[in-house]
Amino acid sequence: MATEAAHHTAMSLAEQLPVLQVLVPFLAAPLIVFVGHRGLAWLVAFVTSAAAFVIAGLMLGQVIGGGVIYYHIGGWAPPLGIEYRVDATNAFVLLLVSGISTIVLPYARQSVASEIPLRHHALFYACYMLCLTGLLGVVVTGDAFNVFVFLEISSLSTYVLVAQGSHRDKRALTAAYDYLIMGTIGATFFVIGLGMLYMATGTLNMADLAARIASQGANRTVIAAFGFIVVGMGLKAALYPLHLWLPNAYTYAPSAVTSFLAATATKVAIYVLMRFMFSVFQPAFLFEGNTLEFLIMPLAVMAMFAASVIAIFQTDLKRLLAYSSIAQIGYMLLGIGMLSQTGLTAAIVHLFNHGITKAALFMGVGALVFRTGGSFFDRVQGMGKTMPWTSGAIVIGGLSLIGVPGTAGFVSKWYLVQGALEKGWWPVAVLIVVSSLLAVIYVWQIIEALYLQAPAKDIPAGEAPATMLIPMWIMALACIYFGLATDITLGAAQAAAQGLLAGSSGMLSH
Amino acid sequence: METHTAILLTLALPTLAAVSNIVLRDQANLRDAVTLAGAVATFLSVLQILANVGNGTSETLVLFEILPGLDLAFQVEPLGLLFAIVASGLWILTHIYGVGYMRGNKEDHHARFFSCFSLAIASVMGIALAANMFTLFLFYEVLTLSTYPLVAHKGTPEAIRGARTYLGVLIGTSIGLQLIAIIWTYAIAGTLDFTRGGILDGKIAGSMVAVLLALYAFGIGKAALMPFHRWLPAAMVAPTPVSALLHAVAVVKAGVFTMLKVGIYIFGIDFLAATGASVWLMWLAAFSIVAASVVAMTKDNLKARLAYSTVSQLSYITLGMALATSMGVLGGGMHIAMHAMGKITLFMCAGSIYVATHKTDISQMTGLGRIMPITFGAFFIGALSIIGLPPLGGSWSKWLLIMAAADTGQWLMMVVLGLSSLLNVAYLLPVVGRGYFLKGQDIPADAKMNEAPWMVWLPPALTAVGCIVLFFFAGDIQTFLSPIVAPR
Repeated sequence: MATEAAHHTAMSLAEQLPVLQVLVPFLAAPLIVFVGHRGLAWLVAFVTSAAAFVIAGLMLGQVIGGGVIYYHIGGWAPPLGIEYRVDATNAFVLLLVSGISTIVLPYARQSVASEIPLRHHALFYACYMLCLTGLLGVVVTGDAFNVFVFLEISSLSTYVLVAQGSHRDKRALTAAYDYLIMGTIGATFFVIGLGMLYMATGTLNMADLAARIASQGANRTVIAAFGFIVVGMGLKAALYPLHLWLPNAYTYAPSAVTSFLAATATKVAIYVLMRFMFSVFQPAFLFEGNTLEFLIMPLAVMAMFAASVIAIFQTDLKRLLAYSSIAQIGYMLLGIGMLSQTGLTAAIVHLFNHGITKAALFMGVGALVFRTGGSFFDRVQGMGKTMPWTSGAIVIGGLSLIGVPGTAGFVSKWYLVQGALEKGWWPVAVLIVVSSLLAVIYVWQIIEALYLQAPAKDIPAGEAPATMLIPMWIMALACIYFGLATDITLGAAQAAAQGLLAGSSGMLSH
Repeated sequence: METHTAILLTLALPTLAAVSNIVLRDQANLRDAVTLAGAVATFLSVLQILANVGNGTSETLVLFEILPGLDLAFQVEPLGLLFAIVASGLWILTHIYGVGYMRGNKEDHHARFFSCFSLAIASVMGIALAANMFTLFLFYEVLTLSTYPLVAHKGTPEAIRGARTYLGVLIGTSIGLQLIAIIWTYAIAGTLDFTRGGILDGKIAGSMVAVLLALYAFGIGKAALMPFHRWLPAAMVAPTPVSALLHAVAVVKAGVFTMLKVGIYIFGIDFLAATGASVWLMWLAAFSIVAASVVAMTKDNLKARLAYSTVSQLSYITLGMALATSMGVLGGGMHIAMHAMGKITLFMCAGSIYVATHKTDISQMTGLGRIMPITFGAFFIGALSIIGLPPLGGSWSKWLLIMAAADTGQWLMMVVLGLSSLLNVAYLLPVVGRGYFLKGQDIPADAKMNEAPWMVWLPPALTAVGCIVLFFFAGDIQTFLSPIVAPR
């Protein structure tokens, strides 16, 4: 726990972890620009990202038992100062974001080299670091306005990263532009919601907000604020039907960016949604309004079906996976909508499991793009023979996406169905498994294309380089590992769910 | 050797065989020899378990906890051990047969083929030795996935279509129905361990018992209960060794084995009998038996006919469980072994005919018995065993099932079983009769014997002998299985 005397007494580095989590990648960004050299830029980015991962791991170790780390920036106590606040929920998300980033970066080296001109590389990695900073900052902070600030840092850098895909396909520019417009609308909604909350309560510290909303109860301003925040974050999270920016952004962004964003960006938005829904507003607030059951849940189910069906009809592998992401976000929202320990556990564990699954899949597809120059089925078909390792990783990721037992996806689905049954929501349990079957269809289209079709004529033979294969396989093996050994993921998810369900009492400031 | 070591070996050896096929993919002879050694070693390891445990129940071997309260765990009990012995024993013969068939037929992708084949066997061992429904389900799905490449093996549009049906039905039923049933069971019983007498007594009542049973019965798609039987004929596009071992022994038997396990160790036979929840299943199984036999009669393609015959015979085992008496369960359990031996003979004969003459339709097989006497002889014996005539193994399991039907006063079930035997005669024996006694147009009267290579005709001849041997050991099998229905 940071004390007021923090800034003028020597503190051990360990106590500074929450701020270092953000500061390290933040400082790396200008450093990379100064260095300017392509290889060094990558190295700095990688080392930074690895450091962020270690920091997140250390913090998760401290809070997984149910503890909370409070950190006051500059020693200024909240509500005046900005407070960073780490509990099991966000430590888990921090670990996911920094971990994915660390694994994607080695992969990015050759993938980026093939998709982006050399002179842009240093700036690319600087943007990447800023994006990482923003994502980590959104998660680590306990200050509502600070969430908005970091959100904008990550969003603005994301627009640039997506637009970098224009060197491969010009449509990346319109995709980035779409994302910019939609993302800005989302951010605006979010900040309007915050403004209303500030008007009603006079504070922006999340814990303070929670306490005051709890004591004064709901009024029209607070309810409106809730609406604005959910819609704003829903846009960022690609909550159906606010998902329109996602397919193009994922399809046309550079492969490494897609792998990183798909596994982290929407997950962070989901985290913010959960944090606001449960910790800032009250579970009771949600319950009385039946918001979750009558608003979030139907949208979640629609996402699971509509997006899966659209995915089935895609001819571009990246776009197929993008639509599948929208469907999978539906599962997370469904878990949130259950408003129960099991349901939230499922949502949080799926946040992680889907993160690693999609990272493996997008990296696999990125490797196919690297070799064949395209992600359309007619380009990548028959590559099971020439690129056995890449194809193998895609198969494992695909099985995890379906939720075959023994893979990470199964664990989340098990909890989701169990949560539905606990509530007595029979039809929902059936809908969950039926939508998994839709996943079977689109995953099998990929597998059939890779293994049972003849390759196109002009495709150069050869497997992807090891720097791409190793990260891809780390993710693929993680899909299996976390499907069999669930101590870490489930332990963290259960602790996180408990903290969230405790509502504002889980947010009490010290 | 410790039992637990043997269990691990039984699972590891076929997996290693699968890996060795990939590693040694370019050295055909060495590769096939290593796999054969793996098959023999697997069989020996299962026999070691038999020597240690006999028809008792072993200690549970917990590998690790997957979800809180749900372990990846193995336990030997008589029914599972019988299944493991049958599957691993027949794997040896089928491997020899498979090598002969794949070479004789000049099929491609041998390494991939035998690798997936071995992996399928590994998952069958996992299913047979699973200590709880969760572990069983895990291997059940691995079995589906590892056999998919075998069904799609030829890569022709027809094979791809067949493989799609295969995967669609099996994954669809298992995730769509069985998984819900398992999670539901876990939610109400708090455990998924296979327990003598079942785990559901007192946890669920009324019509919900029948609903849960329905989720299981239809969810276990591999048992090919109508109307979820379409995958079985669809899978016949696979090379014949696959049909022989996987779709006569491993995959389909994994289905009915799961069905028996659920009936005996999840619901409990007494609980089923007391609630009457399985009466509807009995009628559906009876319908499956008769309807599939009738469809079989209309098929001219020999493998398709055998496939529908399998659908019909599998329902014998489901029927045995649904009768909810010890006799029925014993009959069902024994039929796993008896039908496996008979049906693998028939499938291997069909493959043998195909290798030697490239004929697939029964109408083209006129007179072939004269030039392929061994194959047709083996087919004859296998067919008699399926029909259930003494002195062949199949007669005993059918006998037990008829006894069980009589015990429970289900006279109509006795009629169904009798009728089914007649239908079996009607669709199996004409194949033999045509082969031996009718004169083929393109086969000269003085034609010389022209069998397939020995690697192809010898295995079915051996399993045909096995059908006869089983007749004399049926009593031992019944004694061996008896603990599964012993009172708690």
